[in-house]
Amino acid sequence: MLGSAMAAEQIMFVSQGGAYQKAQTIAILDPSAKKLGITINQDSVPDAWPIMRSQVATGKPTWDVVDVATNFCLRGGEQGIVEKLDFSKIPNAAAMPAEYRSDYSVAYEFYSSVLGYNLKKFPDAASAPKSWADFWDVKKFPGRRSLRNHPLATLEAALMADGVAADKLYPLDVDRAFKKLEEIKPNITVWWTSGAQSAQLLNDGEVDMVMAWNGRISALAKEGAKVTYTYNQGILQSTSLCVLKGAPNLPTAIKFLNEAVDPVHQANLPLHIDYGPANPKAYDTKVISEARVKELPSAPENAKVQTLMSYAWWTSPAGEAAEKRWLQFMQK
Amino acid sequence: MSISTIDPSLRHQRREQALMTLLAAPAVLVIVALVVIPVGWLAAQSVYDNGFTLEHYRRIFTEEVYWRSFALTFRIALMVTLLTLLLGYPVAYAAAHAKRPWNVLILACVMLPFWTSVLVRAYAWLVLLQRTGVANQLLERFGLTTEPLAMVHNELGTVIATVHILLPFMVLPLYSTMQKIPRELMLAGASLGGGPLYSFRHIFLPLSLPGVVAGLTLVFVLTLGFYITPELLGGGRTVMISMVVSRNVELYAQWGAASAVGVVLLVCVLAIFAAVGRIIPLDKMLGQK
Repeated sequence: MLGSAMAAEQIMFVSQGGAYQKAQTIAILDPSAKKLGITINQDSVPDAWPIMRSQVATGKPTWDVVDVATNFCLRGGEQGIVEKLDFSKIPNAAAMPAEYRSDYSVAYEFYSSVLGYNLKKFPDAASAPKSWADFWDVKKFPGRRSLRNHPLATLEAALMADGVAADKLYPLDVDRAFKKLEEIKPNITVWWTSGAQSAQLLNDGEVDMVMAWNGRISALAKEGAKVTYTYNQGILQSTSLCVLKGAPNLPTAIKFLNEAVDPVHQANLPLHIDYGPANPKAYDTKVISEARVKELPSAPENAKVQTLMSYAWWTSPAGEAAEKRWLQFMQK
Repeated sequence: MSISTIDPSLRHQRREQALMTLLAAPAVLVIVALVVIPVGWLAAQSVYDNGFTLEHYRRIFTEEVYWRSFALTFRIALMVTLLTLLLGYPVAYAAAHAKRPWNVLILACVMLPFWTSVLVRAYAWLVLLQRTGVANQLLERFGLTTEPLAMVHNELGTVIATVHILLPFMVLPLYSTMQKIPRELMLAGASLGGGPLYSFRHIFLPLSLPGVVAGLTLVFVLTLGFYITPELLGGGRTVMISMVVSRNVELYAQWGAASAVGVVLLVCVLAIFAAVGRIIPLDKMLGQK
């Protein structure tokens, strides 16, 4: 009995690896482990969703907490793969806007799908593309373009390019979005599949304009590449934390969830990577410098000009149908 | 009948057979455990999802995207196979006929890239062939082009990189077959009045066919399953079957949806081999005698 009481609590935390997981280890995971006196084991998988499913299907998952794009948490909730959360045990999430959490997930960090471009091609800010309508306007803004080979955020951009107001996007008019995408398709040089690729395309001059994640473009800019982006009409997206159904260390996992959205830990994250905290209270901690705040996607001033992606819509039957339709669109 | 009454030579033969079976057993066990069981399990999954279902197959046979991908995959596989044969045959011929150290050098040129990761080579092609890449810069410097050519992020880039990656799989079986062809046969052909081309066509070429078929088979089958090269160099439009499989896992989150595609591909390949086998017997295809 003494042994079991002494045994340190632990969880298995799964994220997406790379610079991102390194940053969150320093900013959130290590401090949380220290504060709670638990051990956080880590794993990283770029595509966690199929594995989440098979882990739960075996009846003995080895993962506890997963950091994935929010739609997978919601879908997991729907399909009985993710635990329903008791928010009375996650008081730190109370300050977060309702759209940032669901019965199955709590937002963890924000990034944005933004319009990025090459400064050599568009040196003058006044005549650079500023909106998705500009991105679609191949006459006024000649140049090579790249979009993500995925419908999320791309359909939203297409609709905004077609004149749909940001607050009238959902439910997405899928037919209209694909019609608008057909229009730009001949002018898309590359449909990128990884964040690294999107940055490389812009850096190498393969394309002049790209829809990419803000952190990828700002990282390039920091290395001295002549590239920039605008938050205008950006699509604000989040990854969320969720807990696998039947997680081996459920109580510890919930304790960690609460700690992970602690304002101070959250405020630490943007000191190490260009992603924004999911807990708005992080901006009140004064941990993030004012200059830094201006660069972050979830900062109130930046969030204002962007659209918050509706993961609820994307996990609805209409959203899933739109996702399945993508392959068809690409193949035509 | 006790063992002692059996003819000793028969007993020897039996013992040898038993020994051979025993020697093959570990390999057979590994294949059963790592190939037969998982493939069988996947195939079973493709028709079972809380009960028997043909939904995954219905989708493949009714939705156009699957057909387009199958057609594209087989077209690319065919192109790559023919190109590797065209490039590989002379190389193998040269390697089989050159004297030391030239033959070693030729083989080293084939093998060295072979030991480099596929991912690295795919990226290398990207660097070479992209708009600001080495190839386009040279072309422009020599005034051959004014606009950069689109050599990657399309089907062309996929084919170029795949040919490069799979070339050793063509050269090696060709080389090993050609090496075994006795030189004296060509001399005999010449002494009977056959010119070099005539002798090549009537003696060397037919004798090298087992290697050709082995190379064709290897390259064709390997191309069918290629993933990284079309993903990196296809620009998103070159959607080969392997990519459809991975998209299916993502979209349906069911191994069944993906494995149904795999089963259809497997059946297609077996059908092709059955058809080819009618022209060239299988044992010849696998390089025996």
